[in-house]
Amino acid sequence: MPTATETIESLVKQEYKYGFVTDVEADSAPPGLNEDIIRLISTKKHEPEFMLEWRLKAYRHWLTMQEPTWPHVHYPAIDYQNAVYYSAPRKKGDGPKSLDEVDPKLLETYEKLGIPLKERERLAGVAVDAVFDSVSVGTTFKKQLAEKGIIFCSFSEAVLEHPELVKKYLGMVVPYTDNFFAALNSAVFSDGSFCFIPKGVRCPMELSTYFRINAANTGQFERTLIVAEEGASVSYLEGCTAPMRDEHQLHAAVVELIALDDASIKYSTVQNWYPGDENGKGGIYNFVTKRGLCKGKNSRISWTQVETGSAITWKYPSCILLGDNSVGEFYSVAVVNNYQQADTGTKMVHIGKNTRSTIVSKGISAGKGQNSYRGLVKIQKSAAHARNFSQCDSMLIGSKCGAHTFPYIEVKNTTASVEHEASTSKIGEDQIFYCNQRGLSTQNAVNMIVNGFCKEVFKELPMEFAVEAQKLLGVSLEGSVG
Amino acid sequence: MSKAILEIKNLSAGVEGKQILKGVNLTVSAGEVHAVMGPNGSGKSTLAAVLAGRDGYDVTGGEVIYNGHDLLDLDPEERAREGLFLAFQYPVEIPGVNSTYFLKAALNEIRKAKGESELDAMEFLTLVKERMKLLELSDDLLKRSVNEGFSGGEKKRAEIFQMAVLEPKLAILDETDSGLDIDALKIVSSGVNKLKRADNAQLVITHYQRLLNYIVPDFVHVLVDGKIVRTGGKELALELEAKGYDWLLKN
Repeated sequence: MPTATETIESLVKQEYKYGFVTDVEADSAPPGLNEDIIRLISTKKHEPEFMLEWRLKAYRHWLTMQEPTWPHVHYPAIDYQNAVYYSAPRKKGDGPKSLDEVDPKLLETYEKLGIPLKERERLAGVAVDAVFDSVSVGTTFKKQLAEKGIIFCSFSEAVLEHPELVKKYLGMVVPYTDNFFAALNSAVFSDGSFCFIPKGVRCPMELSTYFRINAANTGQFERTLIVAEEGASVSYLEGCTAPMRDEHQLHAAVVELIALDDASIKYSTVQNWYPGDENGKGGIYNFVTKRGLCKGKNSRISWTQVETGSAITWKYPSCILLGDNSVGEFYSVAVVNNYQQADTGTKMVHIGKNTRSTIVSKGISAGKGQNSYRGLVKIQKSAAHARNFSQCDSMLIGSKCGAHTFPYIEVKNTTASVEHEASTSKIGEDQIFYCNQRGLSTQNAVNMIVNGFCKEVFKELPMEFAVEAQKLLGVSLEGSVG
Repeated sequence: MSKAILEIKNLSAGVEGKQILKGVNLTVSAGEVHAVMGPNGSGKSTLAAVLAGRDGYDVTGGEVIYNGHDLLDLDPEERAREGLFLAFQYPVEIPGVNSTYFLKAALNEIRKAKGESELDAMEFLTLVKERMKLLELSDDLLKRSVNEGFSGGEKKRAEIFQMAVLEPKLAILDETDSGLDIDALKIVSSGVNKLKRADNAQLVITHYQRLLNYIVPDFVHVLVDGKIVRTGGKELALELEAKGYDWLLKN
């Protein structure tokens, strides 16, 4: 990661800097989707029978489903038969047993992205799982974590080595029937991260997965599953980038979080997929299902996301507050510039008694971008004394962008209290001129104003990520003010 | 003869095709305080805006020499970095941006432009504490976002406080007295007076004479319908107060 001393100014002058392509031989499936492809994926990964069956059930269900049309986004129809559903950097022999055996070109890629995988060079306190196209290329600090009983590995590895855990928790929060993209993911997901924090353990370091799409015409379908047992806690970071390509690429991930009694999971994302160029050509279609289940009493799940990339974002990290006194939080900054479109928000479903949720959403629209907040707060009959507070703020930069808010509130228990606050503001020429008159450049002024607007969310991010997020915002909004 | 900081020569400017300034001439030298007075709509605030480089104003004629070179050629932030400061009539609120952070960024931009090293947080705080005394400002204001939720008086004091920290070569005070009660007016004026030095200058724009009881100008200019119709010493302000602008309009 670049050092904190790098100034925003130097970064705003850059274009999307992660747009390079790594030249590695890939082992890819032919384009198209059918049962044979799914069998191929499962075979490549030496999966046990239960996984293949689950995938096939998901696929058959997917065939009966329609792509959702309710999001406030527009894009040409996706030809699902034209995408490649499996691509892996070709392994020599049996594949790497340790990081030392990983193709140097891949290690180099992550170096370039600022994610060194060599443990001794790695910043202390963060363990990384790196996913390249469809497969995990390496996980760091495994041994140190294992000493505490923590399992942190690629999903493929978890399926082989901890099938009982995977069987128990896979699909518990996001069943394959959940929605169109979740069903597709369930059928073809190739890898992802698996974290298991056993009873009473506080994970001693941040866990992190870094997703990279490299191959052309490839969809990326990863699946992350995080389980925190009774009294356990973990903070998890997710980062993503992709090369600049003219074609749109599909990313349909699923993330499931499960917190048992008194457990807490903090999940932070800085999403920086390639957003397309300034004319809206290319970019990632990001259709992601993220959901956490506060299964036990006093459990807590917190989502923090900074969404700057992707041509289209369709994503609602949610919390099912099942356990009594459980807490759900959602902090989000979503930025759209040029022709980007985002329809993002959250769902807080209160089932247990005294459950609490907080939603803070900051939407920033610039260029011709369209930004929608869509959120559901649902208080079920059983959720006595549930409380929710939502705050949705939108900021407009320029006059060709749009901000939209779609809040849904369903309350079935009269003891509940639900608050919703919303605001829309525009970075005014007055504000910019005021900053200019004090010696600040326009770009600097915009960065300062936008960062001020997002402060409440940034403070929820782990330190290192907060710095990164601020810089990203600067880059994303480059040139948004004339 | 002291050195001219600002020379406005036959300046004409307008907004959306409407001519507002119609040939303004004004020279401000180091160590001087000038007051520009005039009735509403005479072009006082337009003059301030054009000097600071605000968007939307078209300069249709004349020139402005600042520090020996063409001012109108510079972007607003370049003017600021060269020591031109505008105390706004209506300071804008910038939610979420901490006042101290904002002012530190501004000061360091100006220092960078001068080739000086940037101040770190500790050095900056020392400076701030010293300058705060000038304006009897509570440090609570500095912990808040820029101008957010400030009263009218607090905003004006904060403007002069920024001026105290940034130490401009030329400070333009645009109707700084408007919206101030007498106590605040005294505090603001005494702050401005303390900032007066032999190597800087102040251009005070005001509608009323009362500010000039506290900030005593060396020269008073009367702007009417886009032109300076009369220039005199501080006694001209008193004459205007007694007779009103109509007195000059009739002549």
